Amino acid sequence: MATAASPALRDPAWLPRLGWIVVGLVLLWPLLQATEFRPWVFVQPDNLRVSAQFIGSFVPPATDGEFLALIARETWRTVAIATAGMALALLLAVPMALAATRVLSVSALGGRMARAPFWLRQMLRWLLIVLRSVPELVWALVFVRVVGLGPTAGVLAIALTYAGMLGKVYAEILESGDPHPAQTLLRNGGSRLQAFFYALLPGNAAELSSYTVYRWECAIRSSVVLGFVGAGGLGQQLIVSLRMFEGGEVATILLVFVLLVALADRLSAALRRAIA
Amino acid sequence: MTPPPRFALPAAQRAARRRVGLLLAALAALVVASFATLDLQWRAFASLDALRAMAAFVGEFFPPYTGADFLQRVALAAWQTLAMSALGTLLAVGLGLLLALPASRMHAGDPARARLPTRLVLNVLRSVPELVWAALLLISAGLGPFAGTLALALHTGGVLGRLFAEAIENAPGGPGDALRAQGVGKARVFAWAALPQVLPQLVSYTLYRWEINIRAAAVMGIVGAGGLGQLLSFHMGLFHMDKTATILAAMLVLVIAVDALSDALRRRLG
Repeated sequence: MATAASPALRDPAWLPRLGWIVVGLVLLWPLLQATEFRPWVFVQPDNLRVSAQFIGSFVPPATDGEFLALIARETWRTVAIATAGMALALLLAVPMALAATRVLSVSALGGRMARAPFWLRQMLRWLLIVLRSVPELVWALVFVRVVGLGPTAGVLAIALTYAGMLGKVYAEILESGDPHPAQTLLRNGGSRLQAFFYALLPGNAAELSSYTVYRWECAIRSSVVLGFVGAGGLGQQLIVSLRMFEGGEVATILLVFVLLVALADRLSAALRRAIA
Repeated sequence: MTPPPRFALPAAQRAARRRVGLLLAALAALVVASFATLDLQWRAFASLDALRAMAAFVGEFFPPYTGADFLQRVALAAWQTLAMSALGTLLAVGLGLLLALPASRMHAGDPARARLPTRLVLNVLRSVPELVWAALLLISAGLGPFAGTLALALHTGGVLGRLFAEAIENAPGGPGDALRAQGVGKARVFAWAALPQVLPQLVSYTLYRWEINIRAAAVMGIVGAGGLGQLLSFHMGLFHMDKTATILAAMLVLVIAVDALSDALRRRLG
C-alpha cells in the first residue's frame, strides 16, 4: 500500500500534481465536446460492417498492368509538381530573403537602420508571413478556381507557400551567423550582392542547401495532398479510388506513396550528409 | 610541349567541385524534366484577359462578409479547429510515448527486440499525411471533427514517437544505470531517470507539432472533417467569395495566434 508508507516516502508534491490533473481534465472536457469525440461509433454494428468490408477489400492490392502504369505516371507527376513548385519558390524566395536580411543593410552600419529600408524589410517579412500562413491546400483551392483543374494549381500553391517558408528561414539563417565579414565588405565599399556572395554565402551554404533539400522532401508529401482538391498526381487518384470504394486500388496507392516518401526521405538524408 | 599549369586546385577540392557540379547538373535536369512533362497552363496567366479575370476574382474577396450570424458560425468553426488541433496533439503525445518506449534502446544491455518493428509502424504512421488519414477514417468515423482529430493524432503520433525515441536514446545513461544497479524496475527507471531528462525536449517538440497541427486542422475540413476548412470549401464551392475572405482571415488569425502562444510557452520553458 503506497499511501500507508511512512511519511518520508510520500510524494512531497502530490497536492500540486493532483491540482494540475484536475485542471487538465476540466480543460479537456470542452475539447472533447467540440471535436464530437465519440470513439464508440467505431464499434456500432453498421459502421463495423462497412469498415470491415472496406478494409477487407484492401487485400489483394490492385496490380493489373494498366492501373500500375497509371500509378507510375501519377507518381512522376507528384514528384514533378513538387520539383517545379520548389524551383518557382526559390525564384521568389531568394530575392525576398536577400532584401529582408538585416545584415546586408548599408545604413545599419552607422548604428540604426534608416527608416525607409527598415519599413521595406518589415513589409517583406509580413508578406512572407502571410504567404506561408495560408496553407498550400487553400492556395490550391483558389488556383483551381482561377486556372482550372490540373497540375498548374498545385505548382503555384507550392511555389507561394514554400516561397514564404524558404524566404523567412533563409533570412534567419543569413542573420544567425557572424555578421562581421559582410559588414567589413560593406564598410570597404563592397556592394550588397558582393557582401552576400563573398561573406554570407560561403559561411551559410551548407545550412541553406540542407534546409532546401529538406523542404523539397516536404513538398513531395504536400503535393500528394494537393491532388485531393484536383491538382493532379497521386492524391487525385487516391480520392477517385476512395470515392468508388476500390479498396485494392487504395491499398496500392498507399503502398506506392509510403515507398515514395521513404525514398525521398533517404535521398534527402543522403544529400544533406553529402553537403554537410 | 605544353608548359605545366601554373595553378591547380588540390585533388580533394577538385573532386569536391566535380561532385557539386554533378549534383547541380542532376538537379537542373530534374527541374527541366518536371517543367517539360507537366502540362502547365501558363497562358491562363500570361494573357491580358486572364490577368483581368484574375483581378476581378481577387476583387470579389473584398470587402469580407461580416454578418453577425455568419461571424458566429466562423467563430464556432474556429473553436472546433482549435479543439481538433489541441486534442489531436494531446492524443499524439500519448500514442507517441506509448510507441517510443518499445522503439528505443534504453541502455546498452537492452536487447530491444521490438525496436525495429515499432520503428516500422512509426514510419508508416508518419509517412501518410494527416489528410490522407482523415479521408480513410471518414469511412468508419463518419463526417465531422472526430475523424480529423484522430487523423491528426495518428500522423503526429508517428512523428512524435520517432522524435521521442531519439530523445530517449540520446539522453545520458548515468542516472538510469544508477537506478538499475539498485534493482529498480523498468517502469520506475523510465519515470524517474529518463523522463525528467528528456521532458523539456518532449514539450518543445509537442509545441512545435501543435503549430503544424493548427495549420493541418484548418484545412482538414476540405475532405469533410469539420472545422474552418469545411466552411471554406462549402462557401468556395458556392462562389461566396466575400464569405471565403472572412474564413481565410479567421484562419490567418488563428494560426498566427497559436504560433505566438506556443512561442511564448517555449520561451518560458527554455
